[in-house]
Amino acid sequence: MSAAYLSARGLGVRLGARDLIANVSFDLPCGCLAAVIGPNGAGKTTLLRALAGLVPSRGEIRVGGSDAAALAIRERALRFAYLPQGHAVHWPLPVRDVVALGRYPHGATDPANLPRRDAEAVARAIAAADLGSLADRPVTELSGGEKARVALARVLAVEASVVLADEPIASLDPRYQLDVMALLRDTALGGALVLVVTHDLGLAARFADRVLVLKDGRLIESGPPSAALSPEVLAHAFHIGAFRAEHDGSPVLVPWVAP
Amino acid sequence: MATLALIAVTAVLAVLSLGAGPVALSPDTVTAALFGAGTEPQRIIVQEIRLPRAVLALAIGAILGLSGAALQGLLRNPLASPALFGAPQAAAFGAVVVIATGLADALSFALPVAAIAAAFASVFVLLAVAGRNANLLILILAGLALSALAGAGTALAVNLAPNPYAALEITFWLLGSLEDRSFQHVALALPFILAGAAILLANRNALRTLSLGEEAAQSLGVDVGRLRLAVIAGVALGVGGAVAVSGTIGFIGLVAPHLARPLIGHDPARLLLPSAAIGAALLLAADIAVRLIPATTDIKVGVLTAIIGVPFFLYLIVRDRRALTGGLS
Repeated sequence: MSAAYLSARGLGVRLGARDLIANVSFDLPCGCLAAVIGPNGAGKTTLLRALAGLVPSRGEIRVGGSDAAALAIRERALRFAYLPQGHAVHWPLPVRDVVALGRYPHGATDPANLPRRDAEAVARAIAAADLGSLADRPVTELSGGEKARVALARVLAVEASVVLADEPIASLDPRYQLDVMALLRDTALGGALVLVVTHDLGLAARFADRVLVLKDGRLIESGPPSAALSPEVLAHAFHIGAFRAEHDGSPVLVPWVAP
Repeated sequence: MATLALIAVTAVLAVLSLGAGPVALSPDTVTAALFGAGTEPQRIIVQEIRLPRAVLALAIGAILGLSGAALQGLLRNPLASPALFGAPQAAAFGAVVVIATGLADALSFALPVAAIAAAFASVFVLLAVAGRNANLLILILAGLALSALAGAGTALAVNLAPNPYAALEITFWLLGSLEDRSFQHVALALPFILAGAAILLANRNALRTLSLGEEAAQSLGVDVGRLRLAVIAGVALGVGGAVAVSGTIGFIGLVAPHLARPLIGHDPARLLLPSAAIGAALLLAADIAVRLIPATTDIKVGVLTAIIGVPFFLYLIVRDRRALTGGLS
């Protein structure tokens, strides 16, 4: 595997007297889709928020050779594109304007007046998320699956080197789940590092190059799916087993508890 | 395009405002008197009595509409208005203290200065109570507590008024009016109104990113804590300056953005200027209306805006009831 692009050393986030995450260390290269899994409350969202610089953290984060803590807020926004849970848009803005907000860190702050370079990036993101026919619709009128794709397109439009997606497939039907995961894999193949928080171990096994397993705020396993989703790790992290098989050359994993 | 039309409507209302009153003047006469032609009484009526009043209606209506649109963008809630943060109530309290102590008679400038100072104080207390990274619910609750406190203080001042005449003067001042205002009032309020408007307009594009929520906005490189401070400071400056010379004129900040949305859309940044134009047009129209309504006593413009504005507020709550019961996010 190529050299690390994103490194964390002893990363920790405290809330009052409680460690939400503690002593998390990993190295991830570009062009990699990394799944972050773990039980509810394990610290997955906190890890993404710490990487995006949205919560104060201890330890060190290095991105592309620089210390993330030393980056100005806009510099950091250019490197980390963050997709929060829920895909909320509070006003009925047209899809195109929502996606164009992804160009804000590039200095293109007015969607009605985008420089050419930014307009092209928006067009690419809209095409990648297959939103061409919806571009002028108010985003609040779309279905849940369509909203999720708009949120993803907004994040892709940043064209950041690291994409942090928090449960982008929660509440989507199976078709959209597969579409979104395929889109994130393509983004990774395009050279970005994609971290995706998910509870779907089957999709993690199939799409991820690397899996980070969090439990009680600690990183208990990090590696390729074959190692990080091993029966021992799943038993330790979730107290579950799994049915395993192979289909069309891809691993199939179905969480399973013996009756 | 729609913005230009709104500005044209506002300009027409401004000219009509110069013509309306006990001595009705035609737009031709008004224009002539404005530029030094016409008879001496006409020039005095237009230039010295009605022009300051029209300028204040324009500026105050505009800053109220702009503040309402900015706050609705900041809070991502179409029911937000400047009154939500307690700034106008605090400004009114500051002014009432000056009237009650008789300081206003001794020093004509004490009244506006006290109103602006109290608006500032309320915002600083609001920020101190809510903390730098407070969520919106805490800000709204703290604003509610501060307006109740300012209201209680105002009631106390009326209660302790030295004579019935002082109590009456306070009560009338609280109703909100633009009558008998001079260019002294304009000179006092306008710098604050312009400063507040400049701050709000400078932050318009950052307001748009808040449509995605605070975390997503922050991840796009917007310093959300700083943005929140800037908007509140802009609103305090503008509204404090406005209340100082007009008393409390309510609901223009709430209504103007709602009238702008069907024309402009929901983009919080693009709404700012049209909301200011509609706010100015509304207050000009209301101030013309109070001069035309036949009544034995003058109707105060603040009373008129409230009588029209409050039912509109209720209508909005009923219309958005389903979304509102989802709670504040």
